Amino acid sequence: MTGTPAIKAINLVKIYQSGGVPVPAVRGIDMRVESGEFVAIMGPSGSGKSTLVHMLGGLDVRTSGEIWLDGTRADTLSESGWALLRRRKVGFVFQFFNLVANMTVADNVELPALLGGATPRQARERREYLLGELGLTERASAAPAQLSGGEQQRVALARALANQPRLLLADEPTGNLDSRNTKDVLRLLSDVHRKGQTIVLVTHDARVASMADRVVSLLDGEIVDDGALPRARRRPAGTVGDVVELRG
Amino acid sequence: MRLPLLALLAKEPAHGYELKHALEKTFGSAYPSPNIGQIYVTLGRLEKDGYVRAVDVEQSNRPNKKVYYLTAVGREALENWVDEPTEGPRVRDEFFMKLVLAPLTGIADRMALVNRQRRHYLSLMRDLNELAEQTDPGNRVALLLIEGAMLHLQADLDWLERCQEELP
Ligand SMILES: Nc1ncnc2c1ncn2[C@@H]1O[C@H](COP(=O)(O)OP(=O)(O)O)[C@@H](O)[C@H]1O
Ligand SMILES: [Mg+2]
Repeated sequence: MTGTPAIKAINLVKIYQSGGVPVPAVRGIDMRVESGEFVAIMGPSGSGKSTLVHMLGGLDVRTSGEIWLDGTRADTLSESGWALLRRRKVGFVFQFFNLVANMTVADNVELPALLGGATPRQARERREYLLGELGLTERASAAPAQLSGGEQQRVALARALANQPRLLLADEPTGNLDSRNTKDVLRLLSDVHRKGQTIVLVTHDARVASMADRVVSLLDGEIVDDGALPRARRRPAGTVGDVVELRG
Repeated sequence: MRLPLLALLAKEPAHGYELKHALEKTFGSAYPSPNIGQIYVTLGRLEKDGYVRAVDVEQSNRPNKKVYYLTAVGREALENWVDEPTEGPRVRDEFFMKLVLAPLTGIADRMALVNRQRRHYLSLMRDLNELAEQTDPGNRVALLLIEGAMLHLQADLDWLERCQEELP
């Protein structure tokens, strides 16, 4: 637990103004994420999850508090300063994809790698690996509008991982996926995490959250729980009798 | 366990251990496999009710084994079981009772109960993930059983979230 944390947030606050009325969305969050750690953020809708990760990625301006990424103070950066930091260090998967409409899937995924300084060949190889893992090889030359919601969501994930960012931030990355596609995403996340990828991800999906090293729960803009999952007590002969009960 | 045993015996006569293995092989490791004692007790009851009969089969250097087969009455019971609609799931949640009642007594705080339960559900989910990975990809029945357990667990977690929102 030593070394420079990937993220350090200190007393982070976000208050939106909605028709002149202040809406406190995040109310004093302290959070530290170690390099290489996988943290899942859960909580009811409206609890501030999206606002939190948007602030951590510089996509929403904090009202007060500090954000440090990789040891660098980030909340005081200008918009262009954030853009540069993101390009170098952060991959972001939005709840609503934000793919570039007039570029193919392949170009959408290669672009961040190229912007991050990869050679065209490295960018292509990375793209082929990512689309392959997500079952999208066949869709490489399609335009985003030709894809289903679930396909777009997986392309957004591939794009976020294209330049091997120090930090992956994702907002409900499996929200539009069926069970089989979720499995592909889980496999890819666990693969990149094993190779050292730091991940902070908002999810309702218990399968996704259960892969995390730590789960942070929000309620009304505050952290109400933060901890590693307990190692389940070993059950006899590897069964999960608590969960499965077939009658007849 | 009566009807699954009748169903297996409708396929072919078998002795107790064969039935145990057939259940394990079909449903995989997510299914809490019954012990052989339970199986023999159930077979004994089915025999008493006239649903199955047993014949002794001699074995060369071991004690005789009892092979069970289905009777006409047993087949009819099985057909009735298959024909009936099956009860849906019912909420019979011990945790919910704790959540509602414990704070009234001052023994526990709701937030702490919910947080502990969430962690528990997620660790069960992690077990199910591991189990799914270890399961033979060809065993569709076992994988569907695990997926069903996961979906139920997800519903429990969603409900937990609703409880946290609604109960002060
Ligand atoms: N742009 C905005 N303007 C005003 N209020 C907002 C805005 N974005 C979010 N909120 C409010 O902030 C709170 C937290 O929202 P959000 O971070 O989207 O929650 P979650 O992702 O957990 O569902 C909610 O009450 C929401 O209505
Ligand atoms: Mg959200």
